Order: sequence, then C-alpha cells, then structure tokens
Amino acid sequence: MNTLEYPRIGERLYHRVLDNGLNVFVCPKPEHAKSYAFFATNYGGMDMRFCLDGRWSDTPAGVAHFLEHKMFDTEDGNALQDLASNGASPNAFTGNDITGYYCECTEKFAENLRILLRFVSVPWFTAESVDKEQGIIAQEIRMVEDNPHWRVFMNLMAGLYQRHPARVSVAGTVESISHITEKTLYDCHRAFYTPENMVLCVAGNVDPEQVCAIADEILPKRGSGKVERDYGGAEPPEVAAARVEAEMEVSTPIFQYACKCDPVPYGDQTLRMQLLGELTAQALAGPSSPLYASLYRQGLINSEFESGYEMYSGCAFLYAGGESRDPDEVARQICVEAERLVREGVDEALWQRLKKAAYGSRVCGLNSFENICVGQAKSFFDGAQALAFPEMFDTITCQDALALLNTWIRPDCTTLSVVRPKEGTR
Amino acid sequence: MSQVIQAQLFPGVNLTAVHTNKFKSSYFGVSLLTALDRDRAAENALVPWVLRRGCRTYPDLQAISTRLDELYGGALEVTIEKKGESQCLCLNASFLDDAFTPGEEQLLEPAVSLLGDILLHPYTENGVFSKEYVAGEQTNLIDTIRAQVNDKRRYSMLRLGQEMCRREAFGISKLGDEESAAAITADSLWRRYQALLSTAQVELFYCGSAAPERVQQAFKTAFAKLPVNPDREQSECELRITAPAEPNVVEEALDVTQGKLAMGFRTDGIGVWDEEYPALMLLNAVFGGTSMSKLFMNVREKLSLCYFASSALEKFKGLMMVSSGIEFEKFRQAKDEILAQLDACRRGEISDEELDGARRILSTALHTLTDSQRRLADYWLGQAVAGIDETPEQLAQRLEQVSKEQIVQVAGRMHLDTIFFLKGKEAQQ
Repeated sequence: MNTLEYPRIGERLYHRVLDNGLNVFVCPKPEHAKSYAFFATNYGGMDMRFCLDGRWSDTPAGVAHFLEHKMFDTEDGNALQDLASNGASPNAFTGNDITGYYCECTEKFAENLRILLRFVSVPWFTAESVDKEQGIIAQEIRMVEDNPHWRVFMNLMAGLYQRHPARVSVAGTVESISHITEKTLYDCHRAFYTPENMVLCVAGNVDPEQVCAIADEILPKRGSGKVERDYGGAEPPEVAAARVEAEMEVSTPIFQYACKCDPVPYGDQTLRMQLLGELTAQALAGPSSPLYASLYRQGLINSEFESGYEMYSGCAFLYAGGESRDPDEVARQICVEAERLVREGVDEALWQRLKKAAYGSRVCGLNSFENICVGQAKSFFDGAQALAFPEMFDTITCQDALALLNTWIRPDCTTLSVVRPKEGTR
Repeated sequence: MSQVIQAQLFPGVNLTAVHTNKFKSSYFGVSLLTALDRDRAAENALVPWVLRRGCRTYPDLQAISTRLDELYGGALEVTIEKKGESQCLCLNASFLDDAFTPGEEQLLEPAVSLLGDILLHPYTENGVFSKEYVAGEQTNLIDTIRAQVNDKRRYSMLRLGQEMCRREAFGISKLGDEESAAAITADSLWRRYQALLSTAQVELFYCGSAAPERVQQAFKTAFAKLPVNPDREQSECELRITAPAEPNVVEEALDVTQGKLAMGFRTDGIGVWDEEYPALMLLNAVFGGTSMSKLFMNVREKLSLCYFASSALEKFKGLMMVSSGIEFEKFRQAKDEILAQLDACRRGEISDEELDGARRILSTALHTLTDSQRRLADYWLGQAVAGIDETPEQLAQRLEQVSKEQIVQVAGRMHLDTIFFLKGKEAQQ
C-alpha cells in the first residue's frame, strides 16, 4: 500500500494496484458519519468504436448509458433495492468518457461495497429486460430533449466538433438505442469493464486494507487488458458551425458561446490545463472580471451567467453562457474582451486574486466525498493526480492564460448556440 | 464530534452555531423570516438581490467579488425559500476555514463583517437604493419568475401547490408574481427593506471550527446596528385544512413531449411538530420517497407507466406531493395506479423489507445531513421556522420507534386534494 500525502490541504490517500490490475484509492475520514464508494470505468458516450478480439466494431450512440441502467439488474433481482434496503443511496452516471457507480451509506459499509463491486462486475441481461429498458430510456431521452439547457449544450457540441464523438448525446437518441441488444451490452461490458480500465475510490470512515481485501474477494482474479478505441480521426481546428439556433418553450433566450481549444494529451498536464482553463475563463468573464461587471450593468446577463473550461480525451473548449435578451451582443463583447486581454495582458492584482480564489474554492470542494472520489477517478484516467493541485497552481502564470486566450481570437474557432423562445411564448 | 449552540443575540435575532472540525470551509447564513403575503412577496424577494449588488464598503458587484476573492474565494449567494407559510430571504456564504489558509490568516471576522455590511449598510443614492440596482434586479426577478416554466417537473409541482392552496398563504409563490414585481420602485423597495430590518425574525447560522464565543462575538459586532424591536415576527402556518370530497383537477397545455402528473394530498394536519411526524416520514418513504418505494418499484419499474414517480413531504404545511412524468395517454392509468399504491399502504400491505429499507434510508439521510454544511444550515433554518430545536440525531431516534400500525393509521389520514396535469398542446385536439 502506497501512502500519498498532500500536507498543504490536509489530505492523505492510500493507493494499491491489485493483482488483477485494478487501482484502488482510499481517503480515510474517521470524523464523518458516512462513507462513499465510487467504482468507475473509463468508458462513456464517446467510446462507440473499439477493437475487441481483433475485430473493430461500431456500436449505436447511447450504449454506455444504456449499459449503466442495466448493470443494476442481477440474477436475483436488482442491486439498487439491495443497497437501498441497507439505507445506502446508490446511483450512477454516464459522461463522455466515464461511467461511474457509487453508493453512500452510514451503516453496513463492507456489505454495501460487496454489492456495489459485484453488480458492476457481473453482467446479467436478458432480451426481455433490454426490451423493457428501451421504453424507460426512450422516456428519459424525451424528457431531456424538452430541457432547453441540454439542447443548447448539445447544439454547441455539434457546432464545435466536426468528427469527435463528443458531438453526440451521451444518452443517444430514441432511434439509436432501438438497435441495442443484449449482445451489444455483453460485448461492451467485456471490452470496457475490465479491472485495468477501471478505478475504485473510497472516502469516509473506512479502513484501506479492508477496502482492498473486499475488492480482491469480489472482483475477477485476472484482468483482460485494455481495448483500443477510435474517435473518428484527427479533429480539424475549425468548428463545424459558427452559430446554431433552436426554438423552444423558454421565456428568455439561453446561450452557450465556446471556443475550440487544442486537445490535451494524457499525463499530469491535464490537471494543469484544467486549472489553467478555469482560471483563464475567470479572467475573461468570471464574476470579478471587468467584462462580467460591464455585461451585468448593461442588463445583458444575470447571475446564471457562467464561464469555464471543459476537457475530454481528444477535445477541449473554453465556454461562457447563461440567459440573455441578446446573446449575439454578449458573444461580440466576449470576443472584444479576449482581444483586449491578449493585447494588453491581464491585470496582475486581478490574476493573483483569481488564483487565491480558485485555490480556496478547490480546497472547500474537498468537503464533498463525491468531489474527492470522482475527481480522483477522472484525473487517474487522465494520467494526473487531482489532489496535487496546490503544487500545480504554483506553476501557472498569467502568460499561460494569455496563450490560451489567444485561441479565442483564432478565426473559425467559436460556436454560438442559442435557444430562443418559440413564437407565441410569453 | 460536533456541538450545536443556540443563543439569542438580540430580541428576535437568533444564532445557531455548529462547532466542528470536519469541514474545509466555514459556512454562514443570514436569513430574514417573514409571513408570505401576496402583495409583499415580490418586494421581499427583491431585497436580498439588491443588497447583494453593493454596500457602503464595497459599492458594486465587482468590489464585492474582489473582496470575496481576497478572502480565498468566498462564495456568497442569495436564496429565497418557502418554509411552511414563511418567506425566508437568505444570504448564505462559505469561506475557506481558518485552519486551511496558507498564512494562518483569520477569515471568520472579515467574513461576518462583510455579511453585516451587506445586510445593514447598503449602497444608497439620495437616501434610498440605487435606481440602477433596483431596475436591474427587478428585471432579473421578473425573468426568474417567467423562467419557472422552463423546468417542467418543478413547474408542475409549483402549479400543484398554487392550485391546491389558492386560498392559503402557502399558495403564494416565494418570488411573488410578475405584476407586483413590475410595480416596485427604489422608494417602495427601500420602505420594505426598512420594515423587514425592524420586524422580520432574523436567523443567523455558523458551521465551522471557530470557538462558539468567538463566533457569537463576531456576529454581535457585525449586526449591532440592527434596529431593536422586542416584538419581531414569529412564523405561523395554517395546517388544519381538509381536502374536498372530490379532488380538484387542473389541466394545463404546453409544448412538451412528456406529460407531468402531480397529485397533492393533505396530511390531516400532521406536520413536523407532531408525535406522528416520524410515522408520516416513513409512510412517504414507503409510498414514494425512495428508489425502493411502491411508486418507484411498481408504477415505474414493474408497469413502466412513468419515467419517474416519487412523493415528497411539505413538512411545515402538512402536504404530501406526488410528482411523475408520463406519456399523455397514460394519465388515467398512472393516476389510478398511484392511488392504488397508497391504498395498499392503507390496507397495511407493507412488507418488513419495505419498512426496514425505508427506515434505514431516512436514518442515513438524517445522519449524512450532519456531514453537509449546506444541509445543516437548511435543517436549522427549518427548525427556526417551526420553533423547535430537535437535532437530526434525535429525530433519527424517534424514527426507530415507529411501528407499522402507526404508519397504516397515518396512511388512512391522507386525503387527495388536487390533481395537476401538464399535457402537450397536441393532446388538446
């Protein structure tokens, strides 16, 4: 067992690689009532094309999410109910490049961890259950399609990317999921739910040795390696569309405006870019930036307005968005401000305050076991160490931010996605 | 271990301090509590938003943000809550705990002082709020009121509450209505603010590592200028309302692809104050409050009638509200099945597994609440509205004592009052 010390933020992680290749991280928190276990695979909506047993296969959009729903089924019933009856709150989510299963509890931690590890590692699908799930997920897809925030984001992704599968919705469409069979699910499980492609992160009132012993007991003794995947070849630097617009039943137009950045290769630079990207977004349009104050004063944005940086394997973007009566004017002023900053530089006092603020918020974020575990899992998949952020912060300079901002003013690299009120809406 | 200390700082001004070392942040709450009132709700809701725009020391948003950044990324947010028939106007803040500042800087006193400045010493022009700030926040408030329709699940629950309690204060939106929001001026808002300062109940909250005496002193100093009033408001709520013999059915059509069926039940006056409250919590959990409840297992999983189906309590008002998402044509079928599941509870068809599971989930929720500063703040604000000081641990204890018979008895007291159905536009034809 390795011990990873993070003295500046008062954290300690225990780490071990099990014989089957699974990485286990444990963050003991004896003073809390609850424990939180997060078991994740580096597999998400983007991973539609992969090579299994020497053969390339294409799977329909939405399989990772569909699989997440079906994993809770066990030969004896449903793991959700087994965990719930112990008072545990289990759940799962599927992202572009991760599927995670977690459970939070205050009682019977060892038993709950066994259930969690077992249902995620042992698939159990039947034609009948897959058929039934198609109805449930179709409803879920229809519900999310009514959500204007989802629509504005998906339109943004489709506008930014010409090839990269992040342009496709993680849940797929009612049509795409109709092609999923139990064979698809078994294949994808075998390809991606191998110990080498997964990680287990636990935080709470737990003993690291016990966590590893339970994982050894429940999980397969041997892994079967990692599969190769394909994201559709090199993504051009230009966006697919500079503007995407839709009409929905909303009261005020909502928008997302983003700039396509260079992808970040695997390794500890992913953490550095994440921190740098967030700081840059704050310097450009965060609540203490001159632009934010000006937009707010003009009544062009409200407190929903947010800016940030997102990164997945093979793609990254800076964004800002929210509600506005005039999204085009907001986008125009963002561009003008980006140009000004690249020309004149970021105010040094502002930059130092932003770093202070970003540091404090990151530390406070560690109140959440979910943040600790999900953050650790994601950074592990990216080849970095989430909790090493204080040291990373020290290396980031104002010049780095300006270099990143420079991408905002490249030609053909931004997309504005707008959802407007339908005619006849109040 | 954590320790809860409650103290009255001034008449009608109370502090709840949770002393604990387990968080990276310290959390602060400043809440004004006032009775929900149709004519005043929008004005009340606007006050904290205008206060958040600027104060004497930090006159605009950028100055406040700059100050928050200097204090290691403090977060300061406005929330407007409805608890029972009280409107809660809250400024919540969290800061890096003194234990984790790189240079051992102390953030408690500057944080509380910032909150005091924002509440008591707003930025003014000609003796009242800035016209620009009022107009800007007024537009935002109107937009927020209009935006309530965007999230259809929440909107259907909001409409259910409005329809069901249209003759009670609970039916008033916590944000007020668009018309009264539009009529607000800088002068009228200033008068409302002055009235709130001297008459509203004031609840202060702290959770973090600082010693209670230090916390109390910091708040006393920062809030010393609150007007002295021995008769500040005290929260009240009308619970003893009976459901009509035939439920009221309200339909609304919007351009959506999925329908929302919401159903409101009266609890026969059982609320957070009552001996039967733990039994009501368990009934709700067994019926629709969890992922192993009857609504989830039967209506969603077994019959695939809904994408989601769940129930929740309005514990300060004595309501149990069911929320579900359905295909339009399944309206009758889903409604009948939801009622059938409640009937099963009334007949005592509750297995030991269902009951144990529900109890474990509620117990876990109460214990994990103590691991979250935001949830602790919300819990203690609710207790302040209700005028009770039961801790989450004590309530968890009471849950362990409830028998199945008591749950069945409570189930018999639930009466359907109102059904709200949100359907698609094409469904009208």
